[in-house]
Amino acid sequence: MKPLFESEAFVRIAAPVAVGIVLFAVWEIGFRLASVPVYLFPKPTDIFASLLHNGPSLLRALLVTLRVTLQAFVAAVILGTLIAFMFVQSRAIEVSLFPYAVLLQVTPVVAIAPLIIILVKNTQLSLTICATLVALFPIISNTTLGLRSVDPGLANFFRMNRASRFKTLVKLRIPGALPYFFGGLRISSGLALIGAVVAEFVAGTGGRSSGLAYEILDAGFTLDIPRMFAALFLITLTGVLLFAAMVALSQWALSDWHDSETKAEA
Amino acid sequence: MRVLLPVEPLDQTAKQTTAAADGAPAVEVLSAEKVFANGARGLAPIDLSIADGEFLTLIGPSGCGKSTLLKLIANLIEPSDGRLLWWRGDFAQVGQEGRRLAFVFQEPTLMPWARVEANVRLPLEFGNMPRATAEPKVADAIARVGLSKFNRHFPRQLSGGMKMRVSIARALVTNPNLLLMDEPFGALDEFTRNKLDDDLVNLSWERKLTTVFVTHSIYEAVFLSTRIIVMAANPGRIFRVMTIDQPQPRDQGFRDSPKFAAYCRELSTWLAEASLQSVGGGGS
Repeated sequence: MKPLFESEAFVRIAAPVAVGIVLFAVWEIGFRLASVPVYLFPKPTDIFASLLHNGPSLLRALLVTLRVTLQAFVAAVILGTLIAFMFVQSRAIEVSLFPYAVLLQVTPVVAIAPLIIILVKNTQLSLTICATLVALFPIISNTTLGLRSVDPGLANFFRMNRASRFKTLVKLRIPGALPYFFGGLRISSGLALIGAVVAEFVAGTGGRSSGLAYEILDAGFTLDIPRMFAALFLITLTGVLLFAAMVALSQWALSDWHDSETKAEA
Repeated sequence: MRVLLPVEPLDQTAKQTTAAADGAPAVEVLSAEKVFANGARGLAPIDLSIADGEFLTLIGPSGCGKSTLLKLIANLIEPSDGRLLWWRGDFAQVGQEGRRLAFVFQEPTLMPWARVEANVRLPLEFGNMPRATAEPKVADAIARVGLSKFNRHFPRQLSGGMKMRVSIARALVTNPNLLLMDEPFGALDEFTRNKLDDDLVNLSWERKLTTVFVTHSIYEAVFLSTRIIVMAANPGRIFRVMTIDQPQPRDQGFRDSPKFAAYCRELSTWLAEASLQSVGGGGS
């Protein structure tokens, strides 16, 4: 049995945490010594104090942003997967529609958000639509690629045994596409959050249904910079947690067989 | 010389019994040839009759069309000219009871996401066989290749030889009559290969399988086959045919015998000649 500090899992967690602690310490001490004013750039302790002080309002904003993000993510996964299935059913559909998927991807959400916000009356819904548009593409492209990346030998075997189209889809294409699909999920979950925040910036909605982006805007107006950082911290934390959840999900689903998730063995 | 008279009726009964056991050839290749899309002549017209229960090996220098011939027999590709018969009929009736075909590829081609038992069960699922009916057949096929202890393992947990065994179990599970194998043990070390050859020779004997086997190995060909077809390239054709006169099933004793060495030597000479015959002349 190896000592704890030599184990892979310990190093994986301890090393980045140590780097974080050093960074925060340098930041705190350096800014204290240089006496940087808090309205220019706050110290970690200022941000933490603001996080505690504005806790309830920040938490409410976080829930709003989180809701839009998750709604958009789920919508993107469902829509993206359906579109990918459509694409692999016929080359004609893919060839005629894929350029439009790319078009959707390359158009900045900031540019189309105002239009969507005008067209859709419900703010929550319009934000969700914007975020969905951002999160959709990785799911479509990854899942399509996965459904197409069939092992040629296995495909041959299925053909030889006169497997039906449906059996080939369920037994061969879908399981083979899973690693790609989970890769898409990782990218898409982060993009859904970015989409939600960006759309909210554009919408600039205040009041009870405001999310973290509005907290940042509002903090900027009132020069409450620590609150701005506190909101930013929450957004980052949400992104990290979403990513970690996706990693765990793909590990759970693929650890038995896929090289990306299997530990090296003797 | 008058012995002919008593022999005649004996021969008749022999014919009848073989006819009852479906004595017709399993596969007939009738002047089948293959010209590829780029104009290259893969196979010159070939005539070949594969008897029921025979272990036939195709061997020859690369480009001699042995894999092409095997694919023709598997109906994976169609002949450019000529035709093939399976049990005296066309390919449509292959798959019926007593006329089943299974193919083992060069690679194990297993589903990495499925356990050994699920991989072996796959061909039965294509026919929508209920789980309860399939289960004993799957267990039996896995037991036959000696992997019962590993039926809950994933392919990545198995060695190359074990994966190949799974692939063979998957071929056996449908209870095939005709087994086609394209260099199945080519990627394995010699020790593992010999072990699998031992098992294969027993399996095909027990199950009265008609087997068509492609290999590069002279020793493997001599050990397994009842008949060896030596092929030459440019264009792909049958160069010579060798019959291995040694009763099945065979074991290590055959490998160690002078007879085995003699066969190997002769086959080796033939292969060298086939290689010489294969150079140039082809193409256009």
